[in-house]
Amino acid sequence: MAARAFAIRRGGPGFVAAALVAATILGPVAAVLWRAGGGGWPGPADWAALRFTLMQATLSTLISVALAVPAARALARRRFVGRRVLITALGAPFILPVIVAVLGLLAVFGRAGTLNTALDATGLPTVQIYGLHGVVLAHVFFNLPLATRIILQGWQSIPAERFRLAASLGMNAGQVMRHLELPMLRAVVPGALMVIFAICLSSFAVALTLGGGPRATTVELAIYQAFRFDFDLGRAAVLACIQLALVTVAAILALRVAQTGGFGAGLDRSLRRFDAETPALRLLDGTVLLLVALFLLTPMVAIVLRGGGAVLDLPGSVWRAAAVSLAVAAASTALTLALALPMALAALRRPMLEAVGLLGIAASPLVIGVGLFVLINPWADPTRLALAVTALVNAVMALPFALRVMTPQLIDIRSDFGRLCDSLGMSPRDQLRLVILPRLRRQIGFAAGLAAALSIGDLGVIALFADPDIATLPLQILRLMGAYRMTDAAGAGLLLLVLSLTVFWLLDQGGRADADA
Amino acid sequence: MLTLDAIEIRQDDFHLGADFTVDTGARVALIGPSGAGKSTLLNVIAGFFPPVSGHILWDGQNITTLPPAQRKCGILFQDNNLLPHFTVKRNVGLGIRPDLRLSADDHRTVAQALDRVGLCGLGDRKPAQLSGGQQVRVALARVLVQRKPLVLLDEPFAALGPALKAEMLDLVRDLMDETGATLLMVSHDPADARRIAPQTILVAEGRATRPQDTEALLATPPEALRRYLGT
Repeated sequence: MAARAFAIRRGGPGFVAAALVAATILGPVAAVLWRAGGGGWPGPADWAALRFTLMQATLSTLISVALAVPAARALARRRFVGRRVLITALGAPFILPVIVAVLGLLAVFGRAGTLNTALDATGLPTVQIYGLHGVVLAHVFFNLPLATRIILQGWQSIPAERFRLAASLGMNAGQVMRHLELPMLRAVVPGALMVIFAICLSSFAVALTLGGGPRATTVELAIYQAFRFDFDLGRAAVLACIQLALVTVAAILALRVAQTGGFGAGLDRSLRRFDAETPALRLLDGTVLLLVALFLLTPMVAIVLRGGGAVLDLPGSVWRAAAVSLAVAAASTALTLALALPMALAALRRPMLEAVGLLGIAASPLVIGVGLFVLINPWADPTRLALAVTALVNAVMALPFALRVMTPQLIDIRSDFGRLCDSLGMSPRDQLRLVILPRLRRQIGFAAGLAAALSIGDLGVIALFADPDIATLPLQILRLMGAYRMTDAAGAGLLLLVLSLTVFWLLDQGGRADADA
Repeated sequence: MLTLDAIEIRQDDFHLGADFTVDTGARVALIGPSGAGKSTLLNVIAGFFPPVSGHILWDGQNITTLPPAQRKCGILFQDNNLLPHFTVKRNVGLGIRPDLRLSADDHRTVAQALDRVGLCGLGDRKPAQLSGGQQVRVALARVLVQRKPLVLLDEPFAALGPALKAEMLDLVRDLMDETGATLLMVSHDPADARRIAPQTILVAEGRATRPQDTEALLATPPEALRRYLGT
């Protein structure tokens, strides 16, 4: 039944918001394309960056998904204490600042890290984290959990009755795999591969901290270096064009192949699996889950241990940077909501509007950053606008997630209460005030939490624009690392970790507090 | 008086024609097989779905293109009649002022309506704290304060047990008698029609008949109704 007129005149603000977002993304892209015209043809170093980007993304993706399949299978067919906590923790890397994860990985795998200390003590050769394998390691750290959640969703989309049927037919684990699980994996894995590949292509902060040098530079990092060190705008623009083409193709493929995002609800359902109740399979699943949990938790524990002592003695510059980060995150979150809400409402009638929001996934922050610099430079000093630009770019990056969170609930609200509102004669304003906002509170809170956490941990545009006087907390950590002040860096990393988790938790809870069923 | 003048409804390969009048104050059941278009017909009368041709008239006034709230009807849906985040009072108050800016008089009207449907003292609860029967009573109280001359029921009692459903039907009949409103009620159970609707419209095979005497219709059902009833 076609509901008649839910929020009929709300098109206006939604279209304005969509136009703003399109201008924020496409304006800089156009500026980059225009500027690149004078930049000449890419040189050997640029092609090397492209090759490295593709290679590290391919390796990171294959390893993440290859490990995620057994991990998701173990989660799907085992019931144990802490299962829910583990699944929730798998969602955490989404809001975990990259620089914090890098600090944690350095604490475990770095030159003076736990692993090398142990290897050294036993006389074994030590490992080196910088370079290709460090970049891949960090990407697996971030994307193994995401891949596991996507594939676990696939497992749980298999109806429970099929597994019960398999049990009553006496199928063993191998037969269940062949008849039930492989067909599901064939449908789900390509999507997981494409999503993670697209994410790894835009990696900047990981490459900046663990890569570098002529043999481990991604295109994003090359943009930064051309811009920051050589101040070669033309070359930065050429590289930005390469990155733009790369990510656009990958994002289109990912959207086409992928079916679901990784943070859907309902992942805590578990099911007794008679085919998997053999000691060998129990041991296998237990080992897989233990290793995955160790791999993900050890770096976090290391951060807490190393940073814990330093947190109270942090220099004033770190606290100032933390205050700056909070302010940027507050502005960015407000902007995200101000854009997402009208766009999601308007998208009820024009689904195309959500596609405008998705542009934020396709465009890389560094490309937008370079473009904005080109646009701003003739009129004002871009470094003075560093924080405003960071808040704006962060908001545009968080927008697709906010839209994905709000849209399904808005569709439900419309189908549940649209006719009631119309039959009572509520004006669009009253519908928004009395029905939509109260029923959308949880989603607004969750979206705000995501936007704030993403912004607070972001190390992207700010690295391009900032002058030495100003820094967000992630940038300040980067500077401490550059000065080899690793204890202070670990303390500041712990502070950033606590801030981003707290901000997410507060906003998410704010949406839930006395919300009605 | 409600008039459906040569109404044609089409949605993909679904089709329904209706051409009848319902007298003021009548209580009419719409029965027929599922998928025949009983709810769709109600939605057309309420203004949620436009017919492809024909006119709907209330007391001679053409209401075919009016938005739902400006028609003379109150409607109860199968579910989601109440906003879960509002108290009982506010849910009823929406029937008086959809912006909820209620005067002292309005509050008195709400309280009287709640008394009438047997919910005295429960005005500050939220829907989740009420039983299924009580939730239906809240929705009926809202229909009462809306003071609409035409009331449409789209099977709001479908989820209730037999005894509770009978109780609700009796309450509806009494309320209609007190207010003099006209009632159109979708049902798939002939017992509902026998209980409170002296007249019945049969919706089957792409047509809605004119209202007929319920007892007579059920005593000598035409072929389409016989197949539906299984007699």
